[in-house]
Amino acid sequence: MTEVLTKIIVNCEDGTQTVVPLTEAEIQQREADALAYAEQKAIQEAEEAAKATAKASAEAKLAALGLTADEIAALK
Amino acid sequence: MANETMTLISTQSMSGTTGVDFTSIPQTYTDLVLVISARSNQTGTSFGAINFWVNSNRSGYTERFLRGTGSAVTSYTDSSASNWALDSILPAASSTSNTFSNVQICFPNYTSSTTKSVSMDGVSENNATAAYQSIGAGIWTGTSAITSISLEVGTYPNTWATGSIASLYGILKGSGGASVS
Repeated sequence: MTEVLTKIIVNCEDGTQTVVPLTEAEIQQREADALAYAEQKAIQEAEEAAKATAKASAEAKLAALGLTADEIAALK
Repeated sequence: MANETMTLISTQSMSGTTGVDFTSIPQTYTDLVLVISARSNQTGTSFGAINFWVNSNRSGYTERFLRGTGSAVTSYTDSSASNWALDSILPAASSTSNTFSNVQICFPNYTSSTTKSVSMDGVSENNATAAYQSIGAGIWTGTSAITSISLEVGTYPNTWATGSIASLYGILKGSGGASVS
């Protein structure tokens, strides 16, 4: 049996709380949200990986120029 | 002179659901603060996102974050536009057991007829190098007063883990006091 996904509606005026199934429109929106999140996450991770690679390359070049590890760390 | 007050409007356990809508928010406060302690049941990852929006409106949102990852600092802009999102702030199944996010979101001047701003900060607890801390600011281009706030686990079809709670507070500005020149 497919799990029924739910959300809670809280009425802040009278305190009532109701658990309701997601509507078809809400499910479609959530699927779109998840897809957008995955795409953005992939872009962010690629950018972070590229930045880490560039940083490692820069540190290696600084070391080759004669900077000590402490001197390289002081630049961060 | 009256002191500023912070009053609990509603606190809600979210366990087992995908989201929560705080509706019919009283319009008698100056600002709103949403405090979230949550975790998701998402498997295969250590962290996920918390999405949130207002007035059932799914357009007009922008935000920018400064985020620490445990080993680096990054700055990024969320371009989803359909909601605000706190990325990587929600511990999931692969993160340290029984650890929860600690998130606070402030909605200043929420009853105004101008565009709405939010400030948000949060941490995702994890006993490992990878543990995220984020501070961010966002804008919603809508000009209506905020009457409802919705939040969801950012990765459908996952649900909030047992023990996840969201609490909505109203801040009322004080009055009186002397101006000092």
